[in-house]
Amino acid sequence: MTARTIQGEKNLQKINQAAKDGIGGSPLRPDGNLKVRGEFAYSSDLWHEDMLWGTALRSPHPRANILSVDITEALKVPGVYAVLTHEDIPGAKYYGLEIADQPALAIDRIRYHGEAIALVAADHPETARRAMKRIKVEYEVLTPIVTEEQCLHPETYGYVHEPHEYKSHAHGNICHEQRLVSGLGVTDEVRAMADVIVSGDYEVGMQDQAFLGPESGLAVPAEDGGVDLYIATQWLHVDRQQMAPVLGLPEEKVRLTLAGVGGAFGGREDLSMQIHACLLALHTGKPVKIVYSRDESFFGHVHRHPARMHYEHGATRDGKLVFSDCRIVLDGGAYASASPAVVGNAASLGNGPYVIPNVRMHALALYSNNPSCGAMRGFGAVQAAFGYESQMDKLAAELGMDPVELRQLNAVKQGDLMPTGQEIDAPAPVADLLQRAKDMPLPPPLDTEHPDLRQLPGALSNTSHGEGIVRGVGYSVGIKNVGFSEGFDDYSTARVRLEVIGGEPVAMVHTAMAEVGQGGVTVHAQIARTELGVEQVTIHPANTQVGSAGSTSASRQTYMTGGAVKLAAEAVRRELIDKGRRRYGWTHDDLTLAGGKVVSAAAGPLVSMVDLLGDEAIERTREHRHRPTRPFDKETGQGFGHVQYTFCANRAVVDVDVELGLVKVVELTAVQDVGKALNPLSVVGQIQGGCTQALGLAVMEEIVVRDGKVRNASFTDYLIPTILDTPPIPVEILELPDPNAPYGLRGVGEAPTVSATPSIVAAIRNATGLALNRIPVRPEHLTTEQPG
Amino acid sequence: MEFLRPATWDEALAAKAENPTALPIAGGTDVMVELNFDVHRPSAILDLNRVTELTEWTNDGAVVRLGASVPYARIIAELSGPLPGLALAARTVGSPQIRNRGGVGGNLGAASPAGDSHPALLAAGRDVFVEAASVRGTRMIPIDDFYLGVKRNCLAADELIRAVHVPVADGPQQFSKIGTRNAMVIAVCAFGFALHPKNGTVGTGIGSAAPTPRRAVEAEEYLRGVLTERGLWESGGPLGAEVVQRFGELVKAAASPIDDVRGTADYRRHALAVMARRTLTWCWNDYGRQIRSAA
Repeated sequence: MTARTIQGEKNLQKINQAAKDGIGGSPLRPDGNLKVRGEFAYSSDLWHEDMLWGTALRSPHPRANILSVDITEALKVPGVYAVLTHEDIPGAKYYGLEIADQPALAIDRIRYHGEAIALVAADHPETARRAMKRIKVEYEVLTPIVTEEQCLHPETYGYVHEPHEYKSHAHGNICHEQRLVSGLGVTDEVRAMADVIVSGDYEVGMQDQAFLGPESGLAVPAEDGGVDLYIATQWLHVDRQQMAPVLGLPEEKVRLTLAGVGGAFGGREDLSMQIHACLLALHTGKPVKIVYSRDESFFGHVHRHPARMHYEHGATRDGKLVFSDCRIVLDGGAYASASPAVVGNAASLGNGPYVIPNVRMHALALYSNNPSCGAMRGFGAVQAAFGYESQMDKLAAELGMDPVELRQLNAVKQGDLMPTGQEIDAPAPVADLLQRAKDMPLPPPLDTEHPDLRQLPGALSNTSHGEGIVRGVGYSVGIKNVGFSEGFDDYSTARVRLEVIGGEPVAMVHTAMAEVGQGGVTVHAQIARTELGVEQVTIHPANTQVGSAGSTSASRQTYMTGGAVKLAAEAVRRELIDKGRRRYGWTHDDLTLAGGKVVSAAAGPLVSMVDLLGDEAIERTREHRHRPTRPFDKETGQGFGHVQYTFCANRAVVDVDVELGLVKVVELTAVQDVGKALNPLSVVGQIQGGCTQALGLAVMEEIVVRDGKVRNASFTDYLIPTILDTPPIPVEILELPDPNAPYGLRGVGEAPTVSATPSIVAAIRNATGLALNRIPVRPEHLTTEQPG
Repeated sequence: MEFLRPATWDEALAAKAENPTALPIAGGTDVMVELNFDVHRPSAILDLNRVTELTEWTNDGAVVRLGASVPYARIIAELSGPLPGLALAARTVGSPQIRNRGGVGGNLGAASPAGDSHPALLAAGRDVFVEAASVRGTRMIPIDDFYLGVKRNCLAADELIRAVHVPVADGPQQFSKIGTRNAMVIAVCAFGFALHPKNGTVGTGIGSAAPTPRRAVEAEEYLRGVLTERGLWESGGPLGAEVVQRFGELVKAAASPIDDVRGTADYRRHALAVMARRTLTWCWNDYGRQIRSAA
């Protein structure tokens, strides 16, 4: 029996090899070649006969009362079909991802620089823009509420939203807050247990997702009075859920189809032009396209919350953490967006992947007249990681310990409790990740005799021929949750159909998953191939004609919608095998599908799927849910809040021109546990991309806001890393399966974005000896503005 | 918006005379950005791309006459020998795509203090001339008279830039630029430096640290004096740390930068001093080697 089983397994192995490109393989992206050649159709490429172009008039002021809006002159411009204000909205006037506090068009008040006031539709984009400039708005300009001090003293500085308008637990100008206490909290007695205490104040600037494809879409009015929207987004169904009430339509009359998405990173979680395009289309009865310009894009989506953080850590002489006391203030800007969930993450993950017996944490998001902030890759865990990892280095220095050893000594492992009381019930190889990062060979030292200019700080800007350059090395590790937390049921739906087309069994996978570049379309096909033993898989365009796939965010899509595809494919497989049992009377208990056949592990192939299916198609739709989570207790922060944890460790090697303050990251190593790499090539790509975005935050990326006004809404001055800024990123992947997750997989995309930034800053500190309490680190911080 | 497409230089001058507010465009790397951002709404655009003579350069051995539209990519490939400072500056301009399109004429026309060409042109000496023409005739504008203010130059409304005349380098030249990333970046500040052993002068150019590109006159005079008085032009001997330091201080003092999104005034002054010291050192080391190998 044993021998036969082995033989059967070999049988299967052979057949599975034939059905290539299943899970664990690295088939190429179906859209990869098109994108590289510039042939991929993005949402900005959409076109429709007789379509109009929409545009929005936006406020030049961050805070103002609107005294009047006069659209008369704009309507007179030939070619203009409609000019709309909030008065033309047929349904609800407010919407929001978590809290409906944002007007679709400004009503009487302006709360941030760039807020949309009126819409224009015209037969040419230039005409629309010209008409827009003829709309007369009379403002009473008010002093913006922009600093933490101003926000927290509304009695002096005023309210961003009048308290009677609050639609949530907001109070003062605090949109949301979360406290957390574990162990004994932080008291004088607890402080006394520590031999050493280090504290620091840290600041994180406002990072932008900086996706390359601007917000764009095409709304087509339908005969049934509804509207079809072709749109680049991250979650079709939640867009619809927010849009329908404003449009005054039932959800089934608002149909969304995913258009080509040019990057997202959280910036497409909130609505941008969706409602605007549909309002104009429904009003004019014509298709309306809206494409943001680059500067409009910077005003049209939320950004990463800037943060001010205070951390205090106590430890014993031998390096064991005793307590952590932390306050994280996030600037949420004018509207709530995802601020409550970002606060939840900051509070629950803000102490890092460390065992700390006593914790006190207070995280809050403010309402201000700064640009709205919400989701961005890393989501509340990024800011905190800069704080706690800076603290670990400070503590190691204070104790005279190796910074990696200090981290390893306190690292969480499977079975440990998070400060929320949640047990980490899956592998958590934090100490091992750090060790592996440390054990990787270091890059060769800089050749100062004959340096390649491209490898130096400043590169071909020719600022150094080797002078002033000091190398530094830094380490960090980070923690991120996967999936939506705090009791949210972010289920995913998949429909899988199996039929014979052209003499071959073909699977079709239909989900509403937004492919934003993460590679879900590749992985879904891999899952279908593995589960159904077919080679040919068609991915149906994503739309609202199938159930929700949840958001393409929180590193969740492979876990959640991938899991749904797996469930649906398994259901199809069971039905096909049952069909065979009914037809052929099989009694085998070892049947599976492989190589286009029904196969018994013991007896080998039984029948081809083509013969078994005949003209019939088998189609199954399944919803996939992760295990339920619970909200955090408001005061203690305790609760089973997260679905899954993910960890990444980094080592950064930098060369710093210490005289000029220029930085070149020489190498950025990443070691991450991914549970199971469904597509190893994509996994490495995600980790390298996440590291690069983290590098951007470390040394260059910041939206500069002064008095509520955005100063650099362009890629001329909002800098993202070029290839000369991006170092080799060696990646080591661990595959320790999570028993709760499909295939044991772990979400990949965010952990490196959380962990890599602090390693780069640590390396710069190592080279310069400076404190560097603010990111991004700018040249002047390393030269003329040296603190203390 | 009118779009004028003259086929020849004379047609271009006639068009400009007729439409003095027309905005000339060649590579479009600056003009198109401004149009996209709606900074300008010119009544007309004067496209110079059909005037092919603007993409030619000549070298008579003493002076390079560089057509206004010769793209940076060709300056790097073809003129690194006679115009090393300008070629180094050209390497720092934008991306490969931008360098394939943009040229010095556009930099001069825009007259942004952050234009990468300017410090190199200033450093190349006082005999650099902008050849400007109109239906009224041609004038040779000394580079020191060209820049008037932030994004303002001395061209008359009917004039177009035809070429720039730059003396062939007779000594080492360098160019350094600070950006907050390692490529594709607008200068936080920049510095051009050149040794002119034939007439015993040195040239400097400061970018992005004053309302216009400017020369560090006192630094030039100081260094010229030191080199002459100490016989260093002949000996190629070491400058000494204090000379290098003093030169850096004088360059720093010549700047009048502001705080903006790209950097602070303090940092700009600091970085100019460092770049001045380094570029001087590199040039002087090269010069010394030349003297020693000639001896």
